[in-house]
Amino acid sequence: MTVLEYIKNNVTFLDGGMGTLLQKSGLGIGELPERLNLTHPDAIKNIHLDYFNEGSNIVCTNTFGANTLKFPLDELDKIVCAAVKNANDARLESSGSQDKWIALDIGPSGKMLKPYGDLDFEEAVGVFAETVRLGVKYGVDLIVIETMNDSYETKAALLAAKENSDLPIFVTNAYGEDGKLMTGADPASMIALLEGMGADAIGVNCSLGPKALKPIVREYLKYSSLPVIMKPNAGIPRSVDGKTVFDVLPEEFAEDVAELIGEGVGIAGGCCGTTPEYIKALVSSAKGLSHIPVTEKNYTCVSSYTHAVFFDKEPILIGERINPTGKKRFKEALRENDVNYILNEGISEQESGCHILDVNVGLPEIDETALLTRVTSELQAIVDLPLQLDTTSVEALESALRRYNGKAMINSVNGKRESMEAVFPLAKKYGGLVVALTLDENGIPTTAEERVAIAEKIIEEAKKYGISKKDIIVDPLALTVSADNNAAVETLRAVKMLREGLGVHTSLGVSNVSFGLPERELVTSSFFTLALGQGLSAAIMNPHSLEMRKAYHSYLALAGLDESCGKYIEFATSIPKAVESTATVSQKSEEEYKSELQRAIIKGLREDSAKITAELLKTSAPLDIVQSEIIPALDVVGVGFENKTVYLPSLLMSAEAAKSAFEVIKTAVPKDKTSNKATVIIATVKGDIHDIGKNIVKLLLENYGFNTIDLGRDVPAEEVVKAVKEYNASIVGLSALMTTTVPAMEETIKLLRERAPECRVIVGGAVLTQEYADMIGADKYAKDAMEAVRWAEKIDS
Amino acid sequence: MSGFIKSLVPQEYDRREILRYAGVREATSDVEALLEECLKECDGIFSYKVCYVELERESFPDFLKDYERLKGCERAVIFVATVGIGIDRLIKKHSVSSPSKALMLQAIGAERIESLCDSFCNGYENATPRFSPGYARLELDAQRKIFSLLDPERSIGVTLNTSLLMSPSKSVSAIFGIRSKK
Repeated sequence: MTVLEYIKNNVTFLDGGMGTLLQKSGLGIGELPERLNLTHPDAIKNIHLDYFNEGSNIVCTNTFGANTLKFPLDELDKIVCAAVKNANDARLESSGSQDKWIALDIGPSGKMLKPYGDLDFEEAVGVFAETVRLGVKYGVDLIVIETMNDSYETKAALLAAKENSDLPIFVTNAYGEDGKLMTGADPASMIALLEGMGADAIGVNCSLGPKALKPIVREYLKYSSLPVIMKPNAGIPRSVDGKTVFDVLPEEFAEDVAELIGEGVGIAGGCCGTTPEYIKALVSSAKGLSHIPVTEKNYTCVSSYTHAVFFDKEPILIGERINPTGKKRFKEALRENDVNYILNEGISEQESGCHILDVNVGLPEIDETALLTRVTSELQAIVDLPLQLDTTSVEALESALRRYNGKAMINSVNGKRESMEAVFPLAKKYGGLVVALTLDENGIPTTAEERVAIAEKIIEEAKKYGISKKDIIVDPLALTVSADNNAAVETLRAVKMLREGLGVHTSLGVSNVSFGLPERELVTSSFFTLALGQGLSAAIMNPHSLEMRKAYHSYLALAGLDESCGKYIEFATSIPKAVESTATVSQKSEEEYKSELQRAIIKGLREDSAKITAELLKTSAPLDIVQSEIIPALDVVGVGFENKTVYLPSLLMSAEAAKSAFEVIKTAVPKDKTSNKATVIIATVKGDIHDIGKNIVKLLLENYGFNTIDLGRDVPAEEVVKAVKEYNASIVGLSALMTTTVPAMEETIKLLRERAPECRVIVGGAVLTQEYADMIGADKYAKDAMEAVRWAEKIDS
Repeated sequence: MSGFIKSLVPQEYDRREILRYAGVREATSDVEALLEECLKECDGIFSYKVCYVELERESFPDFLKDYERLKGCERAVIFVATVGIGIDRLIKKHSVSSPSKALMLQAIGAERIESLCDSFCNGYENATPRFSPGYARLELDAQRKIFSLLDPERSIGVTLNTSLLMSPSKSVSAIFGIRSKK
């Protein structure tokens, strides 16, 4: 019988701890435990043997940390070979009559993934892939990915296992007392991710004892359509007289785990601190408990690195602002690779209360695959909302899906054969909730019935790929009502038929409906309310629109989804405040400031300075505002900083206020170059991941009108040179914070001297001094951001 | 081998100390408001954890055997502490949307991790000051040794990158001795 057939109908027992036993036998101190497979094969085999003899169905090879980050490949090969052999020998020798399998054990890489560590996602996939290939080569029966405390790394390991084997894959994560992974994921989000990618059994292991794990395991039982695994520690290790002691004994452990087997856990074992005795007790406690078959759960959801968003009664708001359509300023940002602009859109959409962000960065003249992938990676690092990847490029979709830390929403597939053949394999491989547009080779049908028929066809086709109906959300398409009187009516009918008849969730891009009409928001928000009334599950919309938010909140109250109308009241009482604050701005311009705008900038008031600038633009030329308002105000603060009467946070607050003024000017006059200053390339050098200082310098340079290209952190010398050429830059700013990365700075300068000798280089960062800067051949050392700006101004004049 | 784990709650925020980390000697009301706003955003994001071992002199690892700052100490404690990755995310977010907040959050994180280390070390009587790799004549490479001794990757999720930097960034690795009572 295969292990997958077995777990369908039987409670399955895993093994217990390995490390604790090795420590007890005096092995493994100051030695990587994986090497013991080679040096002490009998000791390892005997541990496996004890587990098999006490009733384990599956033992995991002693390969927790066996990866190419810790061992050279040839040694790794020997280790995995020996580890599998040790487990196999134990299986042959064991007297136990139960079915037995051997799992390749894969633990975390020991590195944090980018951007919070330095291991690239694809590199991580590569590391796990090597171990998987060796496990396959030496004949394991399945793969167990365990103790993962980061969702992103879990995804990398699972992807590597999927791409390099056809073996069954079990995945267990290590949750903290707060019920989350170290990097923030809750059980529902992990389940969404792992199910989507096709794991065979999922669950929890390590970090906590069985009692503390119960609530987490119950979450798994609630949401998972896969068999659930539970592998707790024997409590928490304590030091008693210098010895490691675990506080949960075998009987108590077994009882607690058996309780959860009674509730539906199908696969159980132990982690740190557990021994063959614990497994023996567990097997005996579980005797008489019948196996509870896994049921298919019917949740429709997507997830981010922290949480899942469920499509249910409460409508889901999908922010539409990350999209260049009709937005000059956004297009400009895309062309200039100004990712920060895009990220800020996402941050402000989240602040406006939407649940998911649509991400569309498609423009004909840009490399959409590269940009969508980058924006996805950077957005998911700072915003904890799930993303809806919105692209017509299959290549861009795959690249972004691969990097996505969770279960994404895929926008979109349609009834055309070509579309389904391209999108469904990706949805199957990476997981995802697919938005299905009701159009096909014949275009968009007029009637609701025809659109529902296309939806049915898409759902049928998805089934063939193994994608279930719950992972399809149908968009019956909102068309422009000014072009066709019946457009809205048919769409609304389709929403109802899809939800009630077909039983699928629906989504609409609601803004389209009002195209070409005056007071569009009024029409859009009314349509939104009507659609919600028909059972619409989600809308792609502008979360900043007050009319839309009004519609949303009043719907929640009217639909019985807002207890005591609490949320509505909170929302409604916040509206007048927002209006008031615009009124107060102009009232008290104090004597000591030359103008309102200068005051706003000097005091670091972002919103005020944006509003005042917008007012000023009606009467003044953009360049005049910059020259006679913004720059003088910045100078006041800059001089204060140099004289040590103004401190860094205040300098930055002013810089941000100035930036928001610039932003208004840029939006209003996108073609107008507000300055003709030099282009500056700025970067933190290779090996260094500090970027606060660099960001400060960048902000100030931008304030003073320099065209600043930020290459980010950990930037190789070649990339700096490449950017200098590409943007024709005359100044390069390099930052390094650690003594260990100053050589990388030196190397970068050397390469610049060789290939771009006309370029001037300024350096800064905590460890640098004038002497250091001279030694590595920089043109200038700046002790702070103001000094950097002053120097750049001088060079450029 | 791996270390023991302790979850600790450090002292309340020391606002003066935070402002000092942010480079502020006299806070204006704007800066104070910024600080309060940042502290509010930090609500619930810290996850304070320490992974440690206590060692008798005879089981000191090689790199500590002749370390002069532990002279006269019969015992030593090696630890890695972290306030978790939440603050890193917040800093990263604001370095995009508001560098002044990023700077203040950076300072808050620094104050938190130092305060956590203080709370942990204060639990020991007769302790020496703590020393970290790269400082106080403790070689930077001691970082690697501390990590292989404690395995904090597994227990508290602190990892080392190739430049021996720790992630989450607000983490500290250190040792201190415990002087014999006289």
